[in-house]
Amino acid sequence: MMTIQKMTAKEVTKMVLNNEELFILDVRNESDFNDWRIEGNSVEIINIPYFDLLDDFNPALESIPDGKSVLVVCAKEGSSIFVAEQIAEAGRSHVSYLEGGMKSWSEYLEPVKVADLSGGGELYQFVRIGKGCLSYMVLSNGEAAIIDTSRMIDQYEQFMQEKGAKLLHTIDTHLHADHISGGRALAQKYGATYYLPPKDATEVTFDYEKLEEGKDIYVGNETIKVQPIYSPGHTIGSTSFIIDSKYLLTGDILFVESIGRPDLAGLAEDWVGDLRETLYSRYRDLAEELIVLPAHFGKVTELGERGLVSGRLGALYKENPGLNIQDEGEFRKTVTENLPPQPNSYQEIRQTNMGKITPNEEEQREMEIGPNRCAVHDK
Amino acid sequence: MTNLLVNRTLECEGLACPLPVVRTKKTVEEMQTGEVLEVRATDKGSVADLQSWAKRTGHQYIGLKEDNGVFRHYIRKSDPTEIKEERKFPHLIAHEEIQKKLSAGEKMNIVDVREPAEYAFGRIPGAVSIPLGELEGRMRELDPEQEYYLICRSGNRSDIACQTLAENDFKYVKNAVQGMTEWTGEVEKD
Repeated sequence: MMTIQKMTAKEVTKMVLNNEELFILDVRNESDFNDWRIEGNSVEIINIPYFDLLDDFNPALESIPDGKSVLVVCAKEGSSIFVAEQIAEAGRSHVSYLEGGMKSWSEYLEPVKVADLSGGGELYQFVRIGKGCLSYMVLSNGEAAIIDTSRMIDQYEQFMQEKGAKLLHTIDTHLHADHISGGRALAQKYGATYYLPPKDATEVTFDYEKLEEGKDIYVGNETIKVQPIYSPGHTIGSTSFIIDSKYLLTGDILFVESIGRPDLAGLAEDWVGDLRETLYSRYRDLAEELIVLPAHFGKVTELGERGLVSGRLGALYKENPGLNIQDEGEFRKTVTENLPPQPNSYQEIRQTNMGKITPNEEEQREMEIGPNRCAVHDK
Repeated sequence: MTNLLVNRTLECEGLACPLPVVRTKKTVEEMQTGEVLEVRATDKGSVADLQSWAKRTGHQYIGLKEDNGVFRHYIRKSDPTEIKEERKFPHLIAHEEIQKKLSAGEKMNIVDVREPAEYAFGRIPGAVSIPLGELEGRMRELDPEQEYYLICRSGNRSDIACQTLAENDFKYVKNAVQGMTEWTGEVEKD
């Protein structure tokens, strides 16, 4: 009997980032597939639900180009093994399945080094490729701070262990609506400080440290300065950071190819003015040389070398459509009308991040399934 | 939760994809056309997958109940190759007229001859359930001198039911031939 191989989300991520040719047969149902799927510049993907293959397996075989290797993907992995085995039994070679299915794909974080910092530290971007979320770790002198921590805290723990770093701070740029923050849990576990913008935290049920302009945060013997800048618009509390006078962490306010949406906390009309003020005035006053590091990406085309998502602020002012809407009325229209669908379970996710509800791990996972859609232009 | 009367129950608790759909398919193949299967599953993925599978294969997905993490799917076997039966019973009633009578507060005897699970997931308010298979045995519950409106999903089962009643000297029987698929008025559920 022919054997099938298993591929991990990490391995698939490497292939996507290296632009290696990858043919994927996604056997989930049509609506899940249409909602979100593995994407990549060199990825070719087709969808045949596994239950369409119960009577007649030929459509699957016919769909795979001759001699090509194939990766079968489903929600959790069971159906992809079932289908992959049949493809292998029909005599095809190089058949693999995605271990843990789209569940693992949604949860995997790829650490990408942004740069060495001037005080001897390092800055890493954690790319959650399956969901488009980006988080950051500042490392200096055996200490660490994490910004916009995702729910899968074990992956940061492992990374800090490898780096021999001790966690000092977890910081959220705003109260997230598209994913569950791991900032509080991770801070609790290591006795670190959890920071939130106070204006986003009026309803939270736990203690936190207030993020405030002028109150800098230090990592590693005061070498790396994390400077908060109040920048409302996506939420009323949204705060950006300048790290090492060089990197601008914009949270969900400014992305590489789009801008943040103001509607996820139900106050689109009220926050449009703030969003415009932040993007067209407050950020304008910052140095054009700053490297923008956002909390999300919308399309795989935004992934640069090694997967890094970044852009020079000056370049974004030239190329990002969201920064080039001169007419205020037009801007208002763009960020309040024809927005993409709201992220899956975004209300419950906000409640969870406020500590008002405590879903179990499986429920949290379900709440986060699907794309994030935090940008105005995500479709 | 009350159990709905079904022809077969398939226990898929604890099973992950693809097994709930694979076993459902196998079980439905062994059943007779028109019979109802209850599938119990704990895999959340079974919800979208079974509905999608039923739609693609032409079987009737009647409804879903969730109880303590167990999903109960109700599926009625249909035969996609079956030729639409010719309806023989001549006395019909249009939904519009039923709607009018209901709005006027008129007392109506509506008999729903679908399977109990189909009835549970949505019927005309006040309709009484007598599945077609039980009609002969339960005919005594009805009065041959009264007027009855019979309804099913698409007008076929109610056609047979009307004929049966007429053969047993019921004088005022009408087939609500558009069936529940075309009913846009109020529905009552369990």
